[in-house]
Amino acid sequence: MNQPVRVKTLKIDDRDVSGREDETILEVARQNGIFIPTLCNLEGLTPIGACRLCLVEIKGVSRLLPACVTRVEEGMEVYTQSERLQKYRRMVLELLFSERNHICSVCVVNGHCELQNMAQILGMTHVSVPYRFPRLPVDASHERFVVDHNRCILCTRCVRVCDEIEGAHTWDVMGRGIDSRVITDLSQPWGESETCTSCGKCVNVCPTGALFEKGKPVSERLKKRQFLPYLTMMREERR
Amino acid sequence: MTPEELRRLAESHEEARPEPRHRIKICVAAGCLSAGSDRVREALQNEIAQRGLESECEVKGVGCLGLCTAGPLMLVEPDGVMYQGVTEQDAPAIVESLGKKPVEQLVCPSDMSFFTKQYKIVLENSGVIDPEKIEDYIARDGYTALARVLEEMTPQEVIDEITRSGLRGRGGAGYPTGLKWSTVAKAGGSRKFVICNADEGDPGAFMDRSVLESDPHRVLEGMAIAAYAVGASQGFLYVRAEYPLAVKRLRTAIRQAERLGLLGNNICGTTFSFHVDIRLGAGAFVCGEETALIASIEGKRGQPRPRPPYPAEYGLWGYPTLINNVETFANVAPIIRNGGDWFASIGTEKSKGTKVFALAGRVRNTGLIEVPMGITLREIIFDIGGGIPDGHRFKAVQTGGPSGGCIPEQYLDMPVDYESLAKVGSIMGSGGMIVMDETSCMVDVAKFFMDFCVSESCGKCVPCRVGTAQMYHLLNKITSGEATMEDLALLEELCDMVKYTSLCGLGQTAPNPVLSTLQYFREEYIAHIVDKQCPAGVCQMRQ
Ligand SMILES: Cc1cc2nc3c(=O)[nH]c(=O)nc-3n(C[C@H](O)[C@H](O)[C@H](O)COP(=O)(O)O)c2cc1C
Ligand code: SF4
Ligand code: SF4
Ligand code: SF4
Ligand code: FES
Ligand code: FES
Repeated sequence: MNQPVRVKTLKIDDRDVSGREDETILEVARQNGIFIPTLCNLEGLTPIGACRLCLVEIKGVSRLLPACVTRVEEGMEVYTQSERLQKYRRMVLELLFSERNHICSVCVVNGHCELQNMAQILGMTHVSVPYRFPRLPVDASHERFVVDHNRCILCTRCVRVCDEIEGAHTWDVMGRGIDSRVITDLSQPWGESETCTSCGKCVNVCPTGALFEKGKPVSERLKKRQFLPYLTMMREERR
Repeated sequence: MTPEELRRLAESHEEARPEPRHRIKICVAAGCLSAGSDRVREALQNEIAQRGLESECEVKGVGCLGLCTAGPLMLVEPDGVMYQGVTEQDAPAIVESLGKKPVEQLVCPSDMSFFTKQYKIVLENSGVIDPEKIEDYIARDGYTALARVLEEMTPQEVIDEITRSGLRGRGGAGYPTGLKWSTVAKAGGSRKFVICNADEGDPGAFMDRSVLESDPHRVLEGMAIAAYAVGASQGFLYVRAEYPLAVKRLRTAIRQAERLGLLGNNICGTTFSFHVDIRLGAGAFVCGEETALIASIEGKRGQPRPRPPYPAEYGLWGYPTLINNVETFANVAPIIRNGGDWFASIGTEKSKGTKVFALAGRVRNTGLIEVPMGITLREIIFDIGGGIPDGHRFKAVQTGGPSGGCIPEQYLDMPVDYESLAKVGSIMGSGGMIVMDETSCMVDVAKFFMDFCVSESCGKCVPCRVGTAQMYHLLNKITSGEATMEDLALLEELCDMVKYTSLCGLGQTAPNPVLSTLQYFREEYIAHIVDKQCPAGVCQMRQ
């Protein structure tokens, strides 16, 4: 049963660190208190490498690689803070803000939003591309929850948590490119969903105000995400 | 079926039908079909029947003859006359002329350099055999390579032969095929897959479709040889549903090959088994990207995933998977038949063999061509393509589709190979080649390809999903005379960002048409922005 796990030594930002062969650059960086920004990634869910915020430079590799899905390798030299990376990360955020209608001042999670936090941390001061101002619906048909597409960043955390943890697969993505949109069931109103168990997991993992609970004051809308690693751990134990 | 039996089958096929005195080969590939070649075929058959000439004269449907714009095309043998633009009304005159003076006004000069400058390996059976008859293929040495491989060669020897040939993937990136095969062969596990990528989504490209329609067995034989080499027993052909004729002919071909024991269980009486199934794609460009294609076959949303792990290690349902392009597979049988060294003697130092191109745009002869690597752009455009019509001037040639770029006049004498094209900011790509004259606006061309990328982006990653939409917006501003120099600077920043941060090849290469037109035709961008005019007179200026 107990296969020996090999340990790799590498450098992140010129610091010597070590990680198990099945760990990602992101995991090892976090263990060592090295900050790499992320949005689509959430511990406990399958990483997908979609938001591109966590890109890092690796010596000898011409491509930039996403830290959230790239395994550590022996002798790797990783750089997480180059000027080029910081510029790209800010542009990713600017593009996200321009994509839909993020009006933070009237948002239910103002102050607890991961997108907003990230913009502050990464020093994004303005959006240099034009806002697209798409017309998007809000679906409040569910008795407890609301989805506001104006604030969705298509990180698909809701899709993954509902599929991988709750096992309901209520959420999915419809359309492609700039017209992509998350949907419940076969693009029916959430309130009419036959698969949703109203567990609230999707609402808790949503990084923005796109998914929120009805009738709660902002102070009570803090999202709880700690339960995910715990649930996954328990599952692994049972196997 | 042993090589000996194959030979006998080929011979008996020839004997069974004594050579008719006259044979009319009419193109029944999609291009000519849409120009009415099936009606012409029927009219010819009626005409022959009416005159009671059935025993002397045969009408045969064949694959693409290459000069598709002049279709319907036909070849009369043994007279060796080629006719173009034939209609039903021409049938009596054609039948009447057999063995006599050809019908003057229909003749297509087959000694023109369009035909003589080509070198056909992939397309050698195209326009020669009936794609719906396996006997026709076998009569042209078909399946002998497979039989020989199974009888005489170890998988490693097959891989060595392909490696020696220097063949590189024809799907775009030009990855060495032998190396890919050996990686999959080395991957562990008893279950492996071979996938043929026949998604072909580049706008204006129809090379792969043409090969599938004209010579489907060639692709199946290549897949079977690959499967033997890497140790796979199941294959998939991923074809887009917009290619119904190719799908139909592939289905026929698979059935025929199974009946003769050339596919299926215990091929050629050996222990090797290989089954091929067709999977239809709904026609999303991104599904040509290998990880998206695999997701699509698995029944999931066709979206790419980060690589590594590469399909060679972790592919279809997690098993090691070999994925090659149609044209790549079509090169395999001739390499085995004639040897890797033979193939390596054609082409250039690093780009071996030939390449099929879909030549389109402002040239006299448009259509499907196959040329040796290393031929110059000038030879392709002016000798084979016949030059620019209507007294216009050559301006640029776009290669590589939405991932490629525009090459200006100063590089016309550059050899066509993977490295040279990359050096001037374009790529070989799958083989689309669009010629432009001075009536084309290069900003408009860049906008066209960006529009394509916006609608084909899968939407998974932010740079490509939002970045391409923003770039399209900026290009639109430029072509409508509303942009400033700051917009141009922003456009260039976005090009850089989208190129280096996107998840898959679609986003990573989407800025290329903009970058290459900016590199060679920057003054046209400036003219739109500063002078508010389109030098080519294409764009609408709201002034
Ligand atoms: C957006 C995108 C679209 C692609 N479309 C095709 C295609 O239509 N046909 C194809 O053979 N390869 C296509 N490719 C390349 C494939 O991913 C893959 O590299 C190729 O099939 C490998 O075969 P080869 O080594 O024989 O070239 C595409 C790649 C990208 C990124
Ligand atoms: S509430 Fe639970 S079941 Fe319903 S959509 Fe969200 S995660 Fe899925
Ligand atoms: S609704 Fe929330 S969790 Fe779901 S994709 Fe949008 S931002 Fe992500
Ligand atoms: S680059 Fe474009 S097509 Fe590729 S994964 Fe990202 S969004 Fe999808
Ligand atoms: S966190 Fe790695 S790509 Fe989003
Ligand atoms: S389709 Fe008939 S010549 Fe190409």
